[in-house]
Amino acid sequence: MSDILVWLEQQSGAVAPVSWEVLSAARNVAGQLGVGVVAAAFGPGAQQIAQPAIERGADTVFVCEDDSLSVYRAEPFADLLSKLARDHGVKAIMAGATSAGRDVLALAAVDLDAGLIPDCTALTVADGKLKATRPVYAGKLISHLTCDSEPVLMSLRSRAFAASEPDVSRSGNVVKVDPATNADAIRVQVLGLEAAAGEVSLTDAAIIVSGGRGVNGPEGFEPVRVLASAVGGALGASRAAVDAGWIPYAHQVGQTGKTVSPDLYIACGISGAIQHLAGMRTSKVIVAINKDAEAPIFKLAQYGIVGDLFKIVPALSAEFEKRLK
Amino acid sequence: MHIVVCAKQTPSTTAVLAVANGKVTWSDPGGSPDIANPWDEYAVEEAIRLIEAHGGKITALSMGPEDAREALKTAIAMGCDDAVHITDSRMKGSDTLATSYVLAQAIKKLDDVDLVIFGRQAIDGDTAQTSMQVARRLGWTPLSFVAAVNEVDLAERTITVTRSIEAGRQKVKGPLPAALSVLKEINEPRYPSFKGIRKATKYMASDLQVWGVAELGADPSKVGSAGARVRWPEVFAPPPREGECTMIEADTPDGVAALLVSKLLEEKVL
Repeated sequence: MSDILVWLEQQSGAVAPVSWEVLSAARNVAGQLGVGVVAAAFGPGAQQIAQPAIERGADTVFVCEDDSLSVYRAEPFADLLSKLARDHGVKAIMAGATSAGRDVLALAAVDLDAGLIPDCTALTVADGKLKATRPVYAGKLISHLTCDSEPVLMSLRSRAFAASEPDVSRSGNVVKVDPATNADAIRVQVLGLEAAAGEVSLTDAAIIVSGGRGVNGPEGFEPVRVLASAVGGALGASRAAVDAGWIPYAHQVGQTGKTVSPDLYIACGISGAIQHLAGMRTSKVIVAINKDAEAPIFKLAQYGIVGDLFKIVPALSAEFEKRLK
Repeated sequence: MHIVVCAKQTPSTTAVLAVANGKVTWSDPGGSPDIANPWDEYAVEEAIRLIEAHGGKITALSMGPEDAREALKTAIAMGCDDAVHITDSRMKGSDTLATSYVLAQAIKKLDDVDLVIFGRQAIDGDTAQTSMQVARRLGWTPLSFVAAVNEVDLAERTITVTRSIEAGRQKVKGPLPAALSVLKEINEPRYPSFKGIRKATKYMASDLQVWGVAELGADPSKVGSAGARVRWPEVFAPPPREGECTMIEADTPDGVAALLVSKLLEEKVL
């Protein structure tokens, strides 16, 4: 067998959006390679996502609902993924480039003595081999990568691949498997989780509204936050705003923050330092609002507004509220 | 306790990159083109704080070309005790699998290490994978995306950290030895003091240890291009974004807003 194995990240039956994107991407290249797609889901809830996974492209879904996998921990998850890859003999393993996806693949690549290509943004097939595209140097450059041996492990970046619509006529097998690690041998204890306060995740967001130095202080983020909420988007920030202590680091977009790729990126009071542009240049449509007509952000933007963001941004919020009703 | 920090020299964040025949070169008109990877300064700072609290020493490791010593110089200037430059022409072309093998060999050679700390990622390759691969090779507790070290209990041989992940802030505890990758929010790295910089200059000239494949007792078939599974034959500049910026102008903010929202709705961006 030389199928593509996809790790589906799920919690109590809720699948990480990127996992469906990965499954669709895997199905697509598997078709070109003439191989099948197998998926794996671990922890309580795994069983209930098996059928949706089949409808989205999996031929077989391995599920393990063992209690020892009820909270994600890198080691037991990687142990089981490596075991499935060995038992099944796969051509590639793919997962979303999330914190968990990265860790599980990093550990499994060592187990399997395999090549690892993180943060893929495109996949092609040439001469029966997978070729990946990934940004390097914070997106200042792009590289094409191949792997000499099988399997190759790849994490796929959120929103880089389209998730296909489910096809209810597809059928497949669901196979229950045992964990690969004895519960007593799991060394890491999860003591607690302080959940992110209902905010839209930057990397999954279709719309991001970001504030920079031009917001002038923590209060200045309020209109930016209101606009983000009006369009149902996530709140981003430039490094300057984060370093000034106006907004937590979790919101930072750019070279030492998050790399994002939304459909719409609205930059408010961000001049467009090269480090910031690196983190958002793959956005589909960029709107820049800045008082300086010479700001570099306008070179990247489709739409530019030169003016006072404290007047423009609230007007935009009101207009979106009115038109999106 | 003995902490190892793995650090790397990278192009500066403001470097202008050029690529010709798959080879990347860079320059920085505004300053030094080569720097210590910015993420690694957080790793060094955290190591210093832990040693201040618990006693012990810090060894900085850096793998890279013969002249790539900026990260070690910064580490010593900030306060690390020792530095080892891991360099060997045979290591050229290492992917994360080969790099993690080399670093794990070096950590094994140091023998008495309790904790190894990495920055989240290097700003050149941007893989953010080496730290966890080193953990796996050593069989140590893998703790990635660490936003705070809550407690190190040397008597009990455990470490408790807070990880910042998509779902929120997760607190986890595991046994030592452990390998950590740390985030920017973990601390505020100190600037090297004048004394620190002088010490680093002296250290780099006379005390720096240099280890190659032989010193590490490494299997040459597992390092560099020979050991790498992944190849990156093509590197290129991204295509420029197409089209000009359309400036939206009107007499009032409301007018500007109405025009922009109409355009975005017409193009079905929303």
